[in-house]
Order: sequence, then structure tokens, then C-alpha cells
Amino acid sequence: MSDILVAEGVGKKFGGFVALKDVSVSFARDKLSAIIGPNGAGKSTFFNVISGAFPASSGRVTFEGRDITALPTHEYARRGIAKSFQITNVFPQLSAHENVRVAAQMQKTRYNLWTPRARIRELIAQADDLLERVGIAAKRNSVARDMAHGEQRCLEIAMALACQPRLLLLDEPTAGMSPEETVRMMDLIVRLAAERTVILVEHKMKLVMGICQQLVVLHHGELLAQGSPDDIRANDEVKRVYLGQGKH
Amino acid sequence: MPGNDTPRAASVWRLALAAIVRHRVAATILFLMVFPWLVPYHALAINILIWGLFALGFNLLYGYAGLLSFGHAALLGVGSYGCGIVIVHFGWPWYVAILCGIAFASAVAYVIGFLAIRTRGIYFSMVTLALAECVYYIFYKWESVTGGENGLRGINVSTINLLGFEINFLDPVNKYYVMLGVVAIALWIFSRILASPFGAVLETIRENDARAAACGYNVANTKLMAFVLSGAFCGVAGALRALHLSTVPVEVLQISTSGDVVMMALLGGFGTFFGPFIGAAVFQLFGDVLTLWTTHWQLYLGATFIVFVLFFPRGIWGSILHWLRVAKS
Repeated sequence: MSDILVAEGVGKKFGGFVALKDVSVSFARDKLSAIIGPNGAGKSTFFNVISGAFPASSGRVTFEGRDITALPTHEYARRGIAKSFQITNVFPQLSAHENVRVAAQMQKTRYNLWTPRARIRELIAQADDLLERVGIAAKRNSVARDMAHGEQRCLEIAMALACQPRLLLLDEPTAGMSPEETVRMMDLIVRLAAERTVILVEHKMKLVMGICQQLVVLHHGELLAQGSPDDIRANDEVKRVYLGQGKH
Repeated sequence: MPGNDTPRAASVWRLALAAIVRHRVAATILFLMVFPWLVPYHALAINILIWGLFALGFNLLYGYAGLLSFGHAALLGVGSYGCGIVIVHFGWPWYVAILCGIAFASAVAYVIGFLAIRTRGIYFSMVTLALAECVYYIFYKWESVTGGENGLRGINVSTINLLGFEINFLDPVNKYYVMLGVVAIALWIFSRILASPFGAVLETIRENDARAAACGYNVANTKLMAFVLSGAFCGVAGALRALHLSTVPVEVLQISTSGDVVMMALLGGFGTFFGPFIGAAVFQLFGDVLTLWTTHWQLYLGATFIVFVLFFPRGIWGSILHWLRVAKS
């Protein structure tokens, strides 16, 4: 049980287009792993398959030894897998605090029609704690839509954490961020990874080399390499894809 | 100085408004208690009360969950028939009949909702519309139970016994206040639902249903629950309407009823607590007052509606709330 998430022969087709082909990867428990690759490598498709946005066309995914391949999206959060999206995805008209509170509420009560939210103090406090942890406590009462891009990304992570996940999936968490925001976000990710398994998708290889324990490299929808950052750095195939042919 | 006076006056309004929003149930009930004395005649107030409750139930689905149903005529109508049928055919007491109306409407809402929530946007509206038409034809053809084309007649409740008091139910003032009692309970429950964790989930689904699912909420189930709850509130309105009219005209199930309630909710302000009552009042008063001068009152209502949709999409109550909140900052 050292591997928390295992993908076996995962493939995904969109019509005639093969986005993923026979990808088999295991992610170690309590490690920080990254899925990297050039544009169009299938990173986001793979992320979407393992986070339940859409099912794989072939192969299977197991989480803690149980098959999760065909589960509906909402079951993922209930089983302990939370994610943040590549494109910021919050509840735009709700306050930052309510965004996190409603995400935390899932663990405790889903169909309570009677108790006023304001009286469930435990959830209110939990949401305040999470805002504090991701560093946006000052924005507690701001409407999510009006917050800066970097703050919205932090808010998303707070929402993901509110599910108390054992596995946290982050899709390009630093996309569109300024250099300072990026540094702060990477710090936050390292801190979060100290307490749980984190898998992130990242386009910028440099960013993850220093902090990840495990790297998975995808190219043209296929698994190119996996291993420790040192293994990957020494891998000739990876060098060719990333350095030899330049960016594409 | 007048310059000093204006902001102070505005802040008084804002405080008043904040109090109304905070105590929305009490404020709405207070308003409805004096309402019969503000309109030309009492029977009109009863109409507005019932349509307001109907629009409130519709608003749960449209204003809070973001689902635009064009089939709510079926829910109001079935609520009416459910209440009327058990009085006419079984002679059951009025309060049990109201509960039957609620149960019937909720059951129909479950069936329509179950089929419609698989679709989104305009398709959702079209499926609800089509299913409501089916309900219309069933009730139209099932003459032995529903009275068919002639409607269901003979829902005669002339006196009701309330905690030992005999009340003359034919007197419009008595009728209004008895019905207001029922509406008050509905308002209270409605408000609790909005403030509950479930109410929060409804808002998240309106805002971003993909995110709601990623948070672990079953979007389809929540939508279905909202549909059934909406049906229950519309069922109360339907049952009260049957008691008010002593008959259920089959026309209640027609598509125009579904259209009217959409207009009322939009005129009053969708997603607001009090808006549906304002919308119902404006709609009914338009019909009532303008028919004295012209038979084309719907032309004027339609024009007003277009002006609102184009320039005040928040509706009457929604715009008032918005202006006073903007004035604050």
C-alpha cells in the first residue's frame, strides 16, 4: 500500500483523436509528484481522468486499492481526492469564506434543509482556518469574482483542502501568476505536501525539479519516463524532447 | 442643509432595508397582513397572495438553483386538483386536502424533474414544457375524476373550524387571513431552506455546477430535490387556489400559467425572497386595473415586461435592493 494512486494502461480517445495511449503510472503515498511534458503531451487529459472529470476510454485507475475508473465526479471528493482546476474555478458571486465553507460542508452535511448555516459554527471556523493557511484571510468577505487572480487560485486550493483530502490534485497551480505569486504558491504546495499526497501538473519543468520527489513525463499522449528528478534529468529521451527539439 | 439631509435619508432607507432583508419572513408577513387594505378589493388580494406563493415556489428552482422551468402550470394545477378531488370525491376536511395537494404536486414534480434534470439550459425548459402539456391532456381527458373540460366543480368549503372557532370562509377577509396563515408557515419553511446547508448547495449549483460536483455534491440529486421542493410550495398555492375559487378550471394547466409565473418572478426580481409577491401584485393589478380602460391590458403588461428585462434585469425588488446597496459603498 505504498502507492496511493495507480493507473494501469489508461487510454483516452476523443472521437478519432488519441489523447492518451496506454499510460501506466504509480504515485507514491505522502510524496509530492509532478506530471510534466511539453504542450499537447496529454498532461491535462491524464489529470482529468485521474481526477474524475471524465472516465478513461480504456485501462483502469485505482485509489488506495479500489477501482475508481468509472465513478461519477462527486464521488471523488467523497473518497478523499480533491482537485483544483487549470482555469480558475470558484463560485464567483459568493464570498471567499462561503466558497470554502460550502466546500467544507460536504464532509458534514449535504442535505440538511433545516439548520441555519450560521449556526454550524464548526464549519465557519474551519473555513476561517483554511483561508488563514492559504494566506487570504484578509479577503474573507470579498466576493470571489472581485479577487486578484493569484488570490482566486489560493481560494481554490483552500476549497480543495476543505474536503480533507488524502490526495490533492493540482492542475497547473501557477498558471498565469506573477513571479512573486509563483514563489508563494510553490511554498504553499511544499507545505501542503508535508501532510498529504500531492500530484501536480506543470508545464514549466524547472519549477518542479527542485521540490518534487517523483516526476512523470508524458509526450504525445504516452509515458516517456518516470522516476526521481535525478533520473529524469539524466534521461536521454527526456532531454531530446525538452531540449533537443525546442519548444512546441 | 439639503446636502446633509439626503445622505441621512438614504441611510435611514438602507437601515430599514437591512432590517427587512434580515427579518425577511416577519417583514413579508407584516406586509401581507396590511395588504388587503391597499388593493381595490379583497378577492384581488387573495389572488395576489396565491400567485405570490406560486411565484415563490417557482423562484426556488429558477432564482436559487438556476433552472428555468416552463412547466410549472402542472405543479400549480395538480396541487389544485389534488386538493379539490379529495374534497369533492371523498369529502375530506380542507386542511387534509391541502396536504393532499402538496403530496400530488410533489409527486408530479418528482416525475417531471426526474426526466428533465438530464438536460440543461433551453432543453430543460422545453422538456418541462412538454411534460406539463402531457399532464394537461391527462387531466383534460380523465373526465370522471377531474370534470374534464368543465373543470372540477363543487369544492364547497363554506365554514371552517379553526381551534374550536367556526369561521365563515365565504367572507373574503376571513378567507384571506386563513390563507395567510398557511402562506406564513410556507414562508417560514422556505426561508429555513434557503438559509440551510442545502440552500448553500443550491447556490453553488447555480454559480458553477462543475465545481459543485468537484466539491463532492451530487448535482443531479440536488436539482431533483429542488424540483420536488418547488413542487411542494407550488402545490400549497394550487390547493389554496382550489379553496378560493371553489372550482378547478382545467385552463390552470395550460401553458399560459407557466408563462405568467415566469413573468411574475422576473418582474419582482428572481432570486429574491420578497420579489415574487411584488411581481404577482404588479401582474394582477395590471390585469385588474387596466381592464377597466382597455381589453388590451396584456399589451401594456408585455411592454412593461420588456422594459424590465432590457433595463432592469434584477426586477423591481432586486433593483431596489441593488441600488440601496450600491449607494452604501
